Amino acid sequence: MDKNIKISVKDLSLYFGAFQALKHITIDIPEREVTALIGPSGCGKSTFVKTLNRMNDLVDGVKVTGEVNYNGMNLLDKNTDVVALRKEIGMVFQKPNPFPKSIYDNIAYGPRVHGVHDKKRLDEIVERSLKHAALWEEVSDRLHESALRLSGGQQQRLCIARLLAVEPDVLLMDEPCSALDPIATSKIEDLIWELRRDYTIIIVTHNMQQAARVSQSTAFFLLGEMIEYSPTTDLFERPKDPRTEGYVTGKFG
Amino acid sequence: MDQRKRNEKIAYGLLWTSGFLALAILIVILAYIFVGGIPVITWQFLTGWPAGWGHTGGGIYPTIIATIQITALSLLIAAPLSIGGAIYLTEYTKESLFRKIIRQGAEILAGIPSIILGLFGFLFFVIALKEYTGGWSILSGGLTLAFMILPISLRTSEEALKTVPLELREGGLGLGATKWQMIRTLVVPTALPGIITGIILGAGRAIGETAAILLTVGGAINIATSLQDPARPMTLNLYDVLTEYRDTTTAYGTAALLVIAILVITFVTDTLMNRYIRNLKGL
Repeated sequence: MDKNIKISVKDLSLYFGAFQALKHITIDIPEREVTALIGPSGCGKSTFVKTLNRMNDLVDGVKVTGEVNYNGMNLLDKNTDVVALRKEIGMVFQKPNPFPKSIYDNIAYGPRVHGVHDKKRLDEIVERSLKHAALWEEVSDRLHESALRLSGGQQQRLCIARLLAVEPDVLLMDEPCSALDPIATSKIEDLIWELRRDYTIIIVTHNMQQAARVSQSTAFFLLGEMIEYSPTTDLFERPKDPRTEGYVTGKFG
Repeated sequence: MDQRKRNEKIAYGLLWTSGFLALAILIVILAYIFVGGIPVITWQFLTGWPAGWGHTGGGIYPTIIATIQITALSLLIAAPLSIGGAIYLTEYTKESLFRKIIRQGAEILAGIPSIILGLFGFLFFVIALKEYTGGWSILSGGLTLAFMILPISLRTSEEALKTVPLELREGGLGLGATKWQMIRTLVVPTALPGIITGIILGAGRAIGETAAILLTVGGAINIATSLQDPARPMTLNLYDVLTEYRDTTTAYGTAALLVIAILVITFVTDTLMNRYIRNLKGL
């Protein structure tokens, strides 16, 4: 099947000082699909995802080799405009991190730092993003209340809406539901399924059922290596590598 | 009674007594000052001028203005330096020898007796830089006081910035904000209560400082109309009237006014900061 590749990773290795956290990862992420990354704790999935939007730059002593090709350039290159990159490739974190501002100001934050100050435009962007993140109905009458008053699930949808407001290309989600209750989780999973039509989504999850529910392709990571990468049903029902089989059948992990 | 129970009671008794004594001393001091000083604070006292050379009595109006001017000046100098310095140290440098040296330096500066800082101020600002500061002046005093405020507010600002959680910064950067944007729009507003408290603490020190300004501000009984004019703040005046004229009345009045000012500033800052924090938390 011929898919458009959004991000092409070649021989990516990452070191935290002397410790090699990622070992020669090569993977092509298709456009407008949900790709899940699974694997036991500490296997490098979060580190991998943070490399894609250069968030690992925030950590001291990190060394990265290899290529991550996006839109025709290697985003690991020193000359990459990291600030512009992060507008294109956005990230949702495990624990929702709303800013201590109003709901409106949270969503408007991204556009504002990129220079949008016209109130009408901001109003439109806020409404559109909240609708896109399936949160508008619940908060449209209290946009100027503090975002910290929302429930955990609402806060996470707020964080997603915040990202959507800067119109990214790719959404990176690092275990977005692990801090949420089952109902909130299923709302987010529905949202992810909706969003895939317009965005390329990479989701890190330690919940295999979730990977099976929301993704089209899944990659299995173990100890910094990517062991297997296949369409989701294939990976779970007919895993090629014994280690993959061990993990998905619950023998370890 | 068994030994352990007895020890428990003794320990409790001793601790209670220390707490009580600490509070009692504070109350006694306040009582002395207020009982002696509050009756002195009349409208004439606040708005009148001192009776002049050789006489006791009169008001302390020019000294109030001088205190306000010098405190404001020292804050204007120290606040941006300590906030800027704190931001630089926490956001733009890594934990390293350089940072440790700066921090240690600030601690040492904080520990220098004020009379010595006053001596420095005298030699440097009053004498050496006389052309620019006007010699004995509120500028010399303000600069010297700024040195006293700097270590305290630098340290508290640094602590305030450090408590801002990483997730907040990641959230901002993740949306494509530049580092400075993230600091300006997310980190500093969140750390603001801590920063301001530190600066107010510094201001408290400045208002009450005597030794350092004794040697830098001149002591002339007038209202400074330019930065290079000398003046006489309340603390200096208190020292003077007491030692030269034994004017305990004016001294009590001045003291009471100073204490009231500090209590009011502390209370107002506390209330405002608490309200700001509750707003941030959405409560």
